[in-house]
Amino acid sequence: MNNGHYTADEIMTVVASRFLQESQVCFVGIGLPSVAANLARLTHAPNLVLIYESGPIDTKPDVLPLSIGDGELAKTATTVVSTGEIFSYWLQGGWVDVGFLGAAQVDKFANINTTVIGAYDRPKVRLPGAGGAPEIAASAREVLIVLRQSRRTFVEKVEFITSAGFLDGGDERSRLGIPGAGPTAVITDLGVLRPDPKTKELVLAQIHPGVTLEQVKAAAGWDLRASADLAVTEEPAPENLRVLRELKRRTEIAHAAAQSK
Amino acid sequence: MPKTPTPLTTTLAQAIHEFVRDGDSVALEGFTHLIPFAAGHEIIRQQKKNLTLIRMTPDLIYDQLIGAGCARKLIFSWGGNPGVGSLHRFRDAIENGWPGPLQIEEHSHAAMASAYTAGASGLPFSILRGYTGTDLPRYNEHIRFVQCPFTGERLAAVPAVRPDVAIIHAQKADHRGNVLMWGIVGVQKEAALCAKRVVVTVEEIVEDLQADPNACVLPFWTLDAVVKVAGGASPSYAMGYYDRDNAFYKRWDEISRTREGFLSWLNENVFRQQSVSLTLAGIDAEKL
Repeated sequence: MNNGHYTADEIMTVVASRFLQESQVCFVGIGLPSVAANLARLTHAPNLVLIYESGPIDTKPDVLPLSIGDGELAKTATTVVSTGEIFSYWLQGGWVDVGFLGAAQVDKFANINTTVIGAYDRPKVRLPGAGGAPEIAASAREVLIVLRQSRRTFVEKVEFITSAGFLDGGDERSRLGIPGAGPTAVITDLGVLRPDPKTKELVLAQIHPGVTLEQVKAAAGWDLRASADLAVTEEPAPENLRVLRELKRRTEIAHAAAQSK
Repeated sequence: MPKTPTPLTTTLAQAIHEFVRDGDSVALEGFTHLIPFAAGHEIIRQQKKNLTLIRMTPDLIYDQLIGAGCARKLIFSWGGNPGVGSLHRFRDAIENGWPGPLQIEEHSHAAMASAYTAGASGLPFSILRGYTGTDLPRYNEHIRFVQCPFTGERLAAVPAVRPDVAIIHAQKADHRGNVLMWGIVGVQKEAALCAKRVVVTVEEIVEDLQADPNACVLPFWTLDAVVKVAGGASPSYAMGYYDRDNAFYKRWDEISRTREGFLSWLNENVFRQQSVSLTLAGIDAEKL
């Protein structure tokens, strides 16, 4: 699949981290986005400002948080504000450059579902719900989405829009007055998708080394198009992989330790 | 009107007995940090019924209250086991109606946080720039839209949170019952100020809070009961006292996956404590 020196999850995380730039303000979701954002901070973007919805601003955790409100985030933050303040002053107030989100499902127009599979009133699977994502997706200047790609997670149209991408495509998002520009990239374990500038349909822009186009298309619930200038992703640098593995190792040790009352 | 609490003399069992009633709307708040688990367990032990549970992140505490049959309705904005996965008791209630049907009213975090702020501000509703394009307003009649009278902008509106009871956990209280908390403070200040009755558990009682002028302090006259319960937020955490028991949060996935596993855990870890806490409180269990 690649040079054999990294896993599909690792290249996804490293590639996602490359999208974040020095001195940007990033509102971080828990899970994959949190791993990638901290990798960026520990490698090419030491002054990347990370904000979590639990209130920590400019946090520099040594180990990854298991939950979005871990003490590690508060201890290593420049300041910690209330939940009302994080959403109203900092997010809605317009300070966030990049909203970095995960998803249970994403569709052709980059709408996110984290609420239900099946009917809302009679769900086949009840997912956790919205959390901070709807307003992060709306108010951040741009949005990055990271998730593992399969036919189950990449659907033509999500059954429930928890967080708006481009809705039915075209200019619908901006017509409704949603302030942020919306998703600019969806990073997966197979490649990177970008919205078509006009139709806003997600198009494969980048494919990871060793992955075939057939594989990516087979892992999408719609007829996924590839960009005319489809690029092959640059292999992760050994240094990035080393930092990522160290971070994960520290985290596993910290989370496994049972705490006393 | 200032309250005249009976802080520090009461026990947790007494406070729950006196201030939480069947059918109440109850907000046990704490965003990952300072979750009032001990108070939640006391509600389960006293078998309170038909509660409307309000909490941004139901977390394990409401998974337990729902599984124990205390809840009629849940108002929330993110219902997972943070960093682990599903809340199985919450899902079993919604997907299969066990142990009883559970109504849900579902929001986003930003909306709920602003709804608490509106409640604490004495306003009937809050506004935010949110929900546009999402399907949440379709299934929650409490999400509506209003027009700004100055600019004409369309904004989302949600009703203020005004619970019968708020219950929070904090680090310290002084002898008068003034309460200090720090770290991730979530919506607890707003929850306390928007509720009709307020119960606070604290890690310790101190002579002097030594709080900075801008610290998060709730004056004693806003509270109904302040009870010392060391470890009262575990398995969540209390910054400066103990860490989050992440290993337990992971184990909960297994414990709560089946009804039998959950009930056996509940008996062993919550109901087993009954006689102790009620005796300490001087309450006759038969009368509950």
